[in-house]
Amino acid sequence: MKEIDLAELERDFQAKIDADIKIEPKDWMPDEYRKTLIRQISQHAHSEVVGMLPEGNWITRAPSLRRKAVLLAKVQDEAGHGLYLYSATETLGADREQTIDDLHSGKAKYSSIFNYPTLTWADMGAIGWLVDGAAIMNQVPLCRCSYGPYARAMVRVCKEESFHQRQGFEIMSKLANGTPQQKEMAQDALNRFWWPALMMFGPNDAESKHTAQSMKWKIKRHTNDELRQQFIDISVPQAKLIGLSIPDPDLKFNEKTGHYESGEINWDEFWQVVEGNGPCNKDRVDTRRRAKENGQWVREAANAYAEKRRIRKKAS
Amino acid sequence: MSKALFEYVLRLGDDSLILGQRLSEWCGHGPILEEDIATTNIALDLIGQATTLLEYAAHLEGKKRSADELAFLRIDREYKNLLLVEQENGDFGKTIMRQFLFDAYRKLLFEKLLSSSDEHLAAIAEKSLKETKYHLKHSSEWVIRLGDGTEESHERVQDSLNELWRYTGELFFEDEVDTELKGSGVIPDVSDIQDKWNELVMNVLAEATLTIPNDNWQFDGGRVGKHSEHLGYLLSVMQYMQRAYPNMEW
Amino acid sequence: MTEKEWPLWEVFIRSKQGLNHKHVGSLRAADEEMAIDNARDVYTRRSEGISIWVVQSTNVFASSPTDADAFFEPANDKVYRHPTFYDVPDGIEHM
Repeated sequence: MKEIDLAELERDFQAKIDADIKIEPKDWMPDEYRKTLIRQISQHAHSEVVGMLPEGNWITRAPSLRRKAVLLAKVQDEAGHGLYLYSATETLGADREQTIDDLHSGKAKYSSIFNYPTLTWADMGAIGWLVDGAAIMNQVPLCRCSYGPYARAMVRVCKEESFHQRQGFEIMSKLANGTPQQKEMAQDALNRFWWPALMMFGPNDAESKHTAQSMKWKIKRHTNDELRQQFIDISVPQAKLIGLSIPDPDLKFNEKTGHYESGEINWDEFWQVVEGNGPCNKDRVDTRRRAKENGQWVREAANAYAEKRRIRKKAS
Repeated sequence: MSKALFEYVLRLGDDSLILGQRLSEWCGHGPILEEDIATTNIALDLIGQATTLLEYAAHLEGKKRSADELAFLRIDREYKNLLLVEQENGDFGKTIMRQFLFDAYRKLLFEKLLSSSDEHLAAIAEKSLKETKYHLKHSSEWVIRLGDGTEESHERVQDSLNELWRYTGELFFEDEVDTELKGSGVIPDVSDIQDKWNELVMNVLAEATLTIPNDNWQFDGGRVGKHSEHLGYLLSVMQYMQRAYPNMEW
Repeated sequence: MTEKEWPLWEVFIRSKQGLNHKHVGSLRAADEEMAIDNARDVYTRRSEGISIWVVQSTNVFASSPTDADAFFEPANDKVYRHPTFYDVPDGIEHM
């Protein structure tokens, strides 16, 4: 393609984005835009699917029939969300199989929060309340993302996730208002999940290499630090309401700005977990890889049967 | 009468509970995302049925025990589910075969229970039947796919069928509980169901190119609380919270 | 040996009687029966539908975005196809 044409295409493309016109699968788009989307959406899909595991860990041990059903439904939703998102990457020409293999080989990343273990039932509460809370904050702006299929998938995801955070908070508040042992369990879960939840918003803006371009393309609508601040401002009063304390000695409310100021995140820990050294990185990826390997004969059988049926139909 | 009915409803409730618990072990580990979602839907239906049935059992018992107490705080010998449903998941083919053999029985049973003289049981059967019809559709299709798929898949599900077949006789187990309830028109005659079950199962297995094992030894005991070793482990996981933290609300 | 992936299917759902089937997303399935089952489990978990269509994605043919001008703009100036193009005297109802 001639240099001049490319420049013109890029100008038209940016003009569409600026005018809030959605980009659809067959429209022309810069390679970098496509790549950025594939990377972001597939990471998001992987996070949903790997995210099934820490909570799935407690389905068989849920303490009541109601909690078991709710948790099953929630973890199942995550499988659904992973599926919607893999479908969105397929509209960009990425193959689901290949995308998933990248996860299994360690090439693709997913949200680091899922590399922390779920040690008690209270962790189901902490994850629903904080992790889904943080996820929703990230996801709501994505419903207006410039890429049509991603935006539409996110609309569906957000609609379905509205119960996820509530069920988590319900678990937490039940525990916080329960016996001393239950309250201790809830506080312990909050202590372990608070900081990793803050890390979910990614590195500080100054360190975030993709933010500027992604904002220009309207793939991203707010910076990491903006969203993180919003999350803190909302979550701190919620913890107070149920009588739990945020594990941050430096946390204080600034009357002037109307925002909470918090202590420094342990970025060393953040990068260690991203690089694969979190407590559960290996387990999570191994588990997903095993699921795929153990299912191979099943998928092959279904293919073989479909083929036989096609041939029989033709013959009859 | 209400004691026999309690026992009967408990048996049905435990079937749903234990199979729901088994299926929920699959969540996050299915052979492909689509099937993970499908299996979980079935698990959810079963947990829902268990809740309704155990609530009714608790009501019939009249001892102020809740459905949760029945589900989580009985000892091994007090569970009355079929041996079939407590068998381990094994590979996906074994899970599907177990599901198919059970679904076929459950669908026929619920169809008959629609006309139970006990209105509440008939209402539960009506709702559960809709769910079970879909479960049966799903499991039959998969039995056929795997049976008539590749050489490997054929061999695997045939092995599973051989292993699970010995637990199917118990589907039609009858004792004095059944005799009493049959007399008052609460439950159907099990022989009606058995013939239809044989026919349905034969048809699907034939299409799946699978054969029923010759060795026809049959186990029972689940209905009177004599289980396989597998149930104890299942319960120790399922009851963990209630046992470790007694008398708390969640 | 690389595994052959199940084909991709587009899913269309009729949310209630009287409405069109609407595209809701896609999924993978080995055959059409499975595609319908999977669509039911994936896309109608919250009673979103009463009827499902599935179409293998390779059977969907789309107009090209580069032809969009030639395809769709000629319709833009045919305002006479729309009722608001016509003046109706005040006081006339039911038209």
